[in-house]
Amino acid sequence: MKVRANFSLVFNLDKCIGCHTCSVTCKNVWTNRKGVEYAWFNNVESKPGIGYPKNWEDQEQWNGGWELVKGKLQLKSGNRRNVLKNIFMNPNMPTIDDYYEPFTYDYAVLQNSPLLEATPTARPRSLIDGQRMEKIEWGPNWEDDLGGKFKMRGEDANFKDMEKQVYAEFEQTFHMYLPRMCNHCVNPSCVAACPSGSIYKREEDGIVLVDQDKCRSWRMCISACPYKKMFYNWESGKAEKCTGCYPRVESGLPTVCSESCVGRIRYNGIMLYDADRIEEMASVENDQDVYQAQLDLFLDPNDPEVIKQAKEDGIPESWMEAARQSPIYKLIVDWKVAFPLHPEFRTLPMVWYVPPLSPVQSQIDQGNIELSQDGMIPKIESLRLPIQYLANMLTAGKEEPVVLALKRMIAMRSFYRSLNVDGETNLAVLEEVGLNEDQVRDMYRYMAIANYEDRFVIPTSHEELHQEDFHSFQGQNGFTFGNDGCSISPEASLFPDKRKSTGDNLEFVRYHQAAKRSDGEKT
Amino acid sequence: MNLTNLIFGIYPYIALTTFLVGSVIRFDREQYTWKADSSQLFEKEQLQKGSILFHIGVLALFMGHFAGLVTPHSWFLGLGVSDMMHQVVAISAGAGFGSLCMMGGVILWKRRMYNSRVRANSRFMDIFILNWILVTLGIGLLTIPVSIYHAFGGDASVMIALADWIQGMLLLNANPEVLDGVDFIYKLHLFLGMTVFLLFPFTRLVHVWSAPFSYVWRPYQLVRTKFVKRR
Repeated sequence: MKVRANFSLVFNLDKCIGCHTCSVTCKNVWTNRKGVEYAWFNNVESKPGIGYPKNWEDQEQWNGGWELVKGKLQLKSGNRRNVLKNIFMNPNMPTIDDYYEPFTYDYAVLQNSPLLEATPTARPRSLIDGQRMEKIEWGPNWEDDLGGKFKMRGEDANFKDMEKQVYAEFEQTFHMYLPRMCNHCVNPSCVAACPSGSIYKREEDGIVLVDQDKCRSWRMCISACPYKKMFYNWESGKAEKCTGCYPRVESGLPTVCSESCVGRIRYNGIMLYDADRIEEMASVENDQDVYQAQLDLFLDPNDPEVIKQAKEDGIPESWMEAARQSPIYKLIVDWKVAFPLHPEFRTLPMVWYVPPLSPVQSQIDQGNIELSQDGMIPKIESLRLPIQYLANMLTAGKEEPVVLALKRMIAMRSFYRSLNVDGETNLAVLEEVGLNEDQVRDMYRYMAIANYEDRFVIPTSHEELHQEDFHSFQGQNGFTFGNDGCSISPEASLFPDKRKSTGDNLEFVRYHQAAKRSDGEKT
Repeated sequence: MNLTNLIFGIYPYIALTTFLVGSVIRFDREQYTWKADSSQLFEKEQLQKGSILFHIGVLALFMGHFAGLVTPHSWFLGLGVSDMMHQVVAISAGAGFGSLCMMGGVILWKRRMYNSRVRANSRFMDIFILNWILVTLGIGLLTIPVSIYHAFGGDASVMIALADWIQGMLLLNANPEVLDGVDFIYKLHLFLGMTVFLLFPFTRLVHVWSAPFSYVWRPYQLVRTKFVKRR
């Protein structure tokens, strides 16, 4: 056993209102630069829909993620030699039109227009070649709130094995939001596909980053990520991705998308897993077992064996405490209401989702929905969102875990309804779904109230543990002495190197300060 | 000092030194700019046709030139490769891979010049070096009829002179006078080719140094610890 911690998230889709605040916040912080205008490290899709980039979920088209070849895990785009073979042309890589052509408008026309009969218009212009765009054909959220024809949206890969034509009818239509970001996977296929080895997972918190100096624009990661959350910056020629807002997370703050979420749907926390069993768990034979395998990979932070091993593996005590308090662990392991997005991609993602119940009140009022025994809460089977659809998205098609999660969420509502309306604790609804009263009260606190400090349990990166000397670290950030980022190795440089670091001169500093003090004493 | 001496006695060293030292300096100081600079995001179909042909052609040409010209004459004879055989292989391989490379190169050139997205995001050097390589390649292909003429006449002296010149130069014993009897078109090709090396560190060509062979044997997953040992 090797204990590693992973910064992880859960999104409670039951509360997502599709406001895109997360996307806009992220855009403004991370991708409002040249070359990544088209890139959304975080985006919110309307489902059913083909999403962003188009049809990203269909791995028959994009060959992202992993597959089992004779029981062994291999990139779906081929073995290592195949990856190299495609280096002159990556057949699986999306082009800009699969995302959308970024555009701006001729705003200056509005300002500079002479007096006209008609209102002047600002027409769109491409941000790639600067040319006039007569018509904008596609955008970052083209299908918002079920925009467009069902024929197009119905291409959604989650309709696998379903009679989807039924849902084309207006009366049968359903809708949910799917916010998406980098999953900071435990078994990331982007890392595995990078020919130059520039992408890596951080040992301390599992955040996946691209070493911008080492990236050689071989662009294999773009296609290898089955979630299409690797982006090619066409200005810099480098791969860019969600950074997990690591500068914030290191300081114990939530990511900006999580912080700004008005629906309080995002949870940030720590999960522990056994790094020795990643490959074994990612290569279970049946796609539908990958969800359970990933659950088995997680370690219980209360288990004395795990605590002992974590100590040996250098996990700080505050991280263990955070793991014990982790809202992620509660949602994923304790209550089993959260699921990984497309576990069948076998990257073992670390952003999990609580499936949505459907908005039902008006349907109940019209008597269209079958109700459970309390006469107020609908039966799971009568909900509008097809279970099969959710299962295709979250459990590779296995319905039972999703049904149990939804039932537990309904039971929570039922329990609290009887508590608040009838003034009695209805334990029968809990028994049915295998919960006890304490658990459901916790669920309510975390899922319904969702206080800031319950949603975000993020230990700091303990910079202080890694600094032998704080004085030497002072003044080391921000301004640097020239071209700091790159050099062949830290030991050798062609050009005059920085002088010794302040730490090396520390004896002098101490001496100097001591001298000052003693001078003061003298006078 | 005459022009021949300048171009074939001194210029090769300027070009090679710039090539090597320039590459190392750029890698050391500007590694962020060290990349293939793919434009595949903008255009895929033409790239598929052009890039694969071009790369196969250019790599084969480089290796062919290297093997054919740098291998000492006595080794070939020792291996039983006569000058005539050598010349026939050089002509046919050069013509074959040269044509592949040219086909790919022209497709890539058209793509770069006439695809508005690719064009808009090309730096000056991207277009310049592509043009330069294509001209070098074109002149190289034009030497083939001359070589065929030599071969039919049973004359390998030009080929041997070229190899002598390159080997002498690489052994720091430049002997530009061996090129005296060589047709002008070969000399033009030599000059253009040397200039590719001169320009190399200032273009996207530096990605050649980083051909990622090590990927084949490296483990899939890479984990880095944030805190590295201080110097």
